[in-house]
Amino acid sequence: MTEIYLDNNATTKVDEAVFEEMRPYFCELYGNPSSMHFFGGQVQSKVNEARVRVADLLGALPDEIIFTACGTESDNAAIRSALEVFPERRHIITSRVEHPAVLTQCRNLTQKGYRVTEIGVDGAGRLDMNELRAAVDTDTAIVSLMWANNETGVIFPVEEAAALAKSKGALFHSDAVQAIGKIPINMAASSIDMLSLSGHKLHAPKGIGVLYLRRGTPFRPFLVGGHQEKSRRAGTENAAAIIALGKACQLAAQHMEAENTGVKALRDRLQDTLMAAIPHARINGGGAERLPNTTSIAFEFVEGEAILLLLSEFGICASSGSACTSGSLEPSHVLRAMGVPFTCAHGSIRFSLSRFTTDAEVDTVIREMPPIIARLRQMSPFGREHLKGQA
Amino acid sequence: MWDYTPIVKDHFLNPRNVGDIPDADAIGEVGSLACGDALKLYLKLDENKDKIVDAKFQTFGCASAIASSSALTEMVKGKTLDEALAVSNQDIADFLGGLPEEKMHCSVMGQEALEVAIFKYRGMDIPEHDSEHDHGHAYPDYEGEIVCKCFGITDTFLKKVIETNRLTTSEQVTNFTKAGGACGGCIPKIKDLIAQVLGEAAAQPRVRPEKLSNMKKMQLIQEVLERDIRPLLWADGGDLELIDIDGTKVQVAFRKACAGCASSGNTARMVEAKLRDLVAEDIVVEEVFA
Repeated sequence: MTEIYLDNNATTKVDEAVFEEMRPYFCELYGNPSSMHFFGGQVQSKVNEARVRVADLLGALPDEIIFTACGTESDNAAIRSALEVFPERRHIITSRVEHPAVLTQCRNLTQKGYRVTEIGVDGAGRLDMNELRAAVDTDTAIVSLMWANNETGVIFPVEEAAALAKSKGALFHSDAVQAIGKIPINMAASSIDMLSLSGHKLHAPKGIGVLYLRRGTPFRPFLVGGHQEKSRRAGTENAAAIIALGKACQLAAQHMEAENTGVKALRDRLQDTLMAAIPHARINGGGAERLPNTTSIAFEFVEGEAILLLLSEFGICASSGSACTSGSLEPSHVLRAMGVPFTCAHGSIRFSLSRFTTDAEVDTVIREMPPIIARLRQMSPFGREHLKGQA
Repeated sequence: MWDYTPIVKDHFLNPRNVGDIPDADAIGEVGSLACGDALKLYLKLDENKDKIVDAKFQTFGCASAIASSSALTEMVKGKTLDEALAVSNQDIADFLGGLPEEKMHCSVMGQEALEVAIFKYRGMDIPEHDSEHDHGHAYPDYEGEIVCKCFGITDTFLKKVIETNRLTTSEQVTNFTKAGGACGGCIPKIKDLIAQVLGEAAAQPRVRPEKLSNMKKMQLIQEVLERDIRPLLWADGGDLELIDIDGTKVQVAFRKACAGCASSGNTARMVEAKLRDLVAEDIVVEEVFA
């Protein structure tokens, strides 16, 4: 079965051009970039080129780019570093809708005596700036807020939040894993200190990430024991993946406009047609500024896992905020923080598109989705009661 | 992706007996929108009002909830009410070729709806079910103290599920009933209930054998440790390991929460008492630090 892949916030296809770029660095040009000889040296120069390409996408300087293994490592490294840099500050601020890579880390730190404030969001998933303003104080070591939410695509006002953090001398970190490559980012005009990036969310392979670290920002490394990345991240460079990421960032810059026009138009068509065709549905975060590729739709009276498995019968890949898909028993912490009623949270489906999504694929989803929802509602004791008299 | 058996997939994609029976003799309703799954079961009886001639269902829930409901209706058709009451959640899971453990609560929901339907038909007292607003599962005959506030589950119901499925950890209880799966506040309470049920099971008289060969004795010691003692320790987050058996001397090492626990001496005496009770009265238990 050919897949219709609308789960790009989970991971993306490696662009063929990206794969070609990295291919020689396994069996032919396998040298260690740190070696003195010519063989390592030619890898080193490609790694440097990649660093420039990543920096260009972010509007950053090449030496502000630290290659890591994944977004999660970058998130962990950023928060740990801030706490070590400011041992006298014992307060961390984050939000209730962060990715577990940040949230779990922060919650674990409460057991080490840190005070953690999780800022709430409103019904559309927008950050409560007043709560943030009240929470930041001179005890705050770091404020870590995501640039865009992985489940809803809702974008946070990170620049404004960073300014608040800086006003009290705290560091500001943003998990920008979902935002980079989808919306323009310019660190040159920003006051954000640290930023996390994950390669596999923008058509590079899995296993490569970046921690952006603003020049002059105090830092303590997470991994020690090597001079790599200017001793800020020890460990032999994953050269092939770094080179791939460089190419992926170059392509992302080239496709940025298409992402915000073509991809967005497809997303809007998908979302609007489904909303018109299916009663008792709502867009999670619909009232907020969102990423151009993401839509999360809650269908009342039906359960997400059942929807996903029926979609899967047509090759359609999406994801769900429902409890049953994750093995946990409560629907997603993001939807709950937004106050989405349990009655719809269980039936929430996320479609996340990419530049590879086609019109025909969206047509298929638009065709198959309404009968799937109708079929499950027909089976559901609540669907029948609520939809009596409706088509 | 869940590892569903082909039978689960078949019953999910082609569910049998979806719908309602307008003149049903018995209806059982459990779960709610808030809980994430709910089942309404309809039963039609023969003219003697004894045998189930038709069964239909409506289910809100995941693939395994729908498959469990479908399986249940197939299983009870043709059964008398008493035979139907004997269907356990494990029977439903077995019919489907097994369910992932995290999904066992779907089979429990099926069994529960069946009981509610039959008990209600027989005029037994069932709490009113409010599927819209009440988190509560309307457990038949399981009134008691609410343990899990998030899912509205009582101690009586939990003890029944722990006992019939021989559950020994709070994670298992969550997988089977959802209790403890949301805020987690009731997990200590669930551990107490497991200990209670295991304690009651252990309290049932077991006969100590008259004479044992060495080989038999070693086997029996291991069996008692596995069946009667370790589950009790698990309930408190502890564990033990059998290191050696030398004649009447049994060496054990305590693990997890029991390791370094100030009262591990008492635990060792408890183990000794149990082994003396069930294996041989001259057994001596020694704690070793291996």
